[in-house]
Amino acid sequence: MESVELYISLFITFFKIGLFGFGGGYAMLSLIQHDVVETHQWISVADFTDIVAISQSTPGPIAFNTATYIGYTATGSVWGSAICTFAVSLPSLFIMITISRFFFMFRDNKYVDWAMKGLKTTVLGLIGAAALLLMNKQNFADYKSYIIFAVAFIATFKFKMDPILMIILAGIAGYILY
Amino acid sequence: MASYWQIFISFFKIGSFTLGGGYAMIPLIQKEVVDKKGWLKESEFVEMLAIAQSAPGPIALNTAIFVGYKARGVKGVIFSSLGTILPSFIVILLIAMIFTDFKDNPGVERVFKGIRPAVVALIAAPLYQMGKSAGITRKTVIIPTLAALIVWQTGLSPIYIIIAAILGGLAVGMIKEKRTKSKK
Repeated sequence: MESVELYISLFITFFKIGLFGFGGGYAMLSLIQHDVVETHQWISVADFTDIVAISQSTPGPIAFNTATYIGYTATGSVWGSAICTFAVSLPSLFIMITISRFFFMFRDNKYVDWAMKGLKTTVLGLIGAAALLLMNKQNFADYKSYIIFAVAFIATFKFKMDPILMIILAGIAGYILY
Repeated sequence: MASYWQIFISFFKIGSFTLGGGYAMIPLIQKEVVDKKGWLKESEFVEMLAIAQSAPGPIALNTAIFVGYKARGVKGVIFSSLGTILPSFIVILLIAMIFTDFKDNPGVERVFKGIRPAVVALIAAPLYQMGKSAGITRKTVIIPTLAALIVWQTGLSPIYIIIAAILGGLAVGMIKEKRTKSKK
């Protein structure tokens, strides 16, 4: 019975993530982190960060990747992956099919417009929160971590380095430094 | 008319080549769906994009659902979504199966020790540019800052922040409308 409960709880969690996952990729991270890492503790912060890194270097949105990965690691079964991935997609299916049907109603609707303005301003805070939450002792073991962080930050911010290349370089740096 | 198989293949291709996700894949989708297959007109695509970005969930999936529905209704949606999801599903499942076996390997652990801080930088670095393009001013910067601090420090679920943002946006819109009306 316990495993049924686990599946139900995975389903509900990823459905919620899909439903409130406004603003795409990084904006969903704090939501995933809150439920999956803190509330349910299905994975550690370090493992979660690894998924984000893997996500950056593999096809598909982070939300799917996390769902597939955690679905497998939490249950040890392909079904866990399938159910989590389905759950995270389900809200989009309902909402987008409705929107596609009544396209004209959502186009230039002032209420949708206002709500989006509020979201646009706030979602940045959620991305910031994701970064802050990941800046813990598991991910920042010592001063070398801060050096890697600073170099990676400048490479992305100033020189717009390709994220995949940056992850590879950081991996090599980690292998040499540690 | 688009066959289900064609829809599936097109989105499978899109799903396979969208590294990093999000905005990087939009030109790819446009090329496939507008230029090659003609399932949407250019103007429809632009309008659809605005909506796919506003709706919750990954943009890739939202776009696939919209295009699938336009092309072949609800059945079209099933094929377009499956096509989008399957490539990443297969790749990540394989990684989950293999990675868990050797992630405690000391060499792999060293590599990821270097990667983790870089990932945090990757998330934090675009914030400034995103804030500028979202039209955030010195006055409104307090809103995302507060949201970040609350989620970080109190452990409040971001869901409440999202709901507050929607309600706040609606309230501001209504107040502004009232003001412009009373001026007239």
